[in-house]
Amino acid sequence: MKATPLSNCERRFLLRAIEERKRLDGRQCYDYRNVRISFGADYGCCIVELGKTRVLAQVSCELVPPKPNRPTEGILFFNLELSPMAAPGFEPGRQSELLVKLNRLIERCLRNSKCIDTESLCVVAGEKVWQIRLDLHLLNHDGNIIDAASIAGIVALCHFRRPDVSVQGEEVTVYTPEERDPVPLSIHHMPICVSFAFFQQGTYLLVDPSEREECVMDGLLVIAMNKHREICTIQSSGGIMLVKDQVLRCSKITAVKVAEITELIQKALENDQKVRKEGGKFGFAESIPNQKITAFKMESAAVDTNNVEEQAEEIITKADPPSEVFAKPILHTPGTAQIGEGIENSWGDLEESEREEAAEEEGESEATAFECQKMETEDTSTTRETKKHEPIVLSDSEEEEVVILEPPALPRKTRTQTNSKQETASKKAFNKRRKKKRAAY
Amino acid sequence: DRPLPSLPSGDTSVLAGLYGPAEVKGSKELPDRAALEVLLRPKVGLPGVTERSREQLLRQTCEAVLLGGLHPRTAITLVLQVLSDAGSLLSCCLNAACMGLLDAGLPLSSLFCGVTCALDPNGVIVLDPTTRQEQEARAVLTFAIDSAERKVLM
Repeated sequence: MKATPLSNCERRFLLRAIEERKRLDGRQCYDYRNVRISFGADYGCCIVELGKTRVLAQVSCELVPPKPNRPTEGILFFNLELSPMAAPGFEPGRQSELLVKLNRLIERCLRNSKCIDTESLCVVAGEKVWQIRLDLHLLNHDGNIIDAASIAGIVALCHFRRPDVSVQGEEVTVYTPEERDPVPLSIHHMPICVSFAFFQQGTYLLVDPSEREECVMDGLLVIAMNKHREICTIQSSGGIMLVKDQVLRCSKITAVKVAEITELIQKALENDQKVRKEGGKFGFAESIPNQKITAFKMESAAVDTNNVEEQAEEIITKADPPSEVFAKPILHTPGTAQIGEGIENSWGDLEESEREEAAEEEGESEATAFECQKMETEDTSTTRETKKHEPIVLSDSEEEEVVILEPPALPRKTRTQTNSKQETASKKAFNKRRKKKRAAY
Repeated sequence: DRPLPSLPSGDTSVLAGLYGPAEVKGSKELPDRAALEVLLRPKVGLPGVTERSREQLLRQTCEAVLLGGLHPRTAITLVLQVLSDAGSLLSCCLNAACMGLLDAGLPLSSLFCGVTCALDPNGVIVLDPTTRQEQEARAVLTFAIDSAERKVLM
């Protein structure tokens, strides 16, 4: 599927709003969206929601022979996938530039920072080590994939428990979760990425850009930091030139954000630990609230209604009074009715037909339920045969020529019971409803 | 066309996301009906042959109820992501697919649901088996049943 491109007026609107320090969702320049972490039933499974961006992370492990040049270290494998459900532009099996860039960032953030102790993953040196595999799936793309993915990755790694292993001489025993409690991974620190979007050659800066803001940004700066204020990874892309102070300022902001997010992660992990120990229910079945059948629901936003009264009064006084409403339908030919006249006056016959209309208003046969032109023309053509003075035909109309397509004769299977009177009533009622519909516009 | 929350059955959850009817690439275009594409993504690892065969089963079931003739020369993409697997995965996928089609407002001739039953070594039929029961069973059968006439689709 092709993604719809951003329109020029939307782009201009966004840039203007950013110049005035306004964001579409009402955040401040340095505000993060709400982070929500929920865990799955198995260890190492979690979903992180950053606003509407959702990432699913799953950690799994396997015993494999180690790499020949590193016989005492475990293997880490990271894989980020952009699921086609995340955005219409993502197609399966296509290695886009974005995917490669995100994967590389995740790898540098988690592998090169040595946050996981790979030596502890060794079982038998040179023969068997643990391979830890982290799979990240992007479920919904609303901007800032990298932040959500890094949070999901580190949370899943902290949450994961690998089976316990004991080595006795040559014998290696891997215990199942039933025999011995699984063991957590040894994690030194938690690096978290924070993204900064730059606009107008670095003049304006936004933290945690949403999808729309990402489309109009000039460049992106990603800083991965842990709570000890150590920068693990820093990457600037998009070709913008940044001054040293800007980078320093960003890193200070990052430190604050990372501290908040790390606290949130700790709390979430503790909560989950508590629930599992008490034997309560856990897993996605519980964490997804029951009243949400569909995913998107707009939260009620407060609307500023202070000036509304004054504005409304202004508009009302300035506006012209509405023109006279014509309420009498005139039938030109079968299939066309006219509300109101162009220039000429209405005919004298109109009052007569109006009285008949009022008298037979109640009659609603099944035919009136079908708001179909063909049925109406059939009604009128049958009534024409019975009561010729009913429809008012303007012979010398100053209106344009109306071209009526000759409707084919339809089998009247629903109208065997109705008599001609009801047919008239149906036509009148139909016209009345048409009149109501037109008056509503 | 947006992702939906999952359909959990016990501890098995599948998230369904549906896009369409939308533009389709030339080669996949069908002149008289909508082209339905189903993508099933496992939680761990890359999609393999099991996923491909399941995708085909789901696609055939969905095409049977979908009134594709109302949207010719369009593509409908259904993406299913496995959130957690504790048995009866295929029937959970079927249910999620049906909910997805409903929520997207696509025209359907009937609804359908998926049910899994396992025949264990003693000959007892177990409905909605867990992973362990599935492994120990002699046979595992999954049915897709439609709502209008209770006919079996798969």
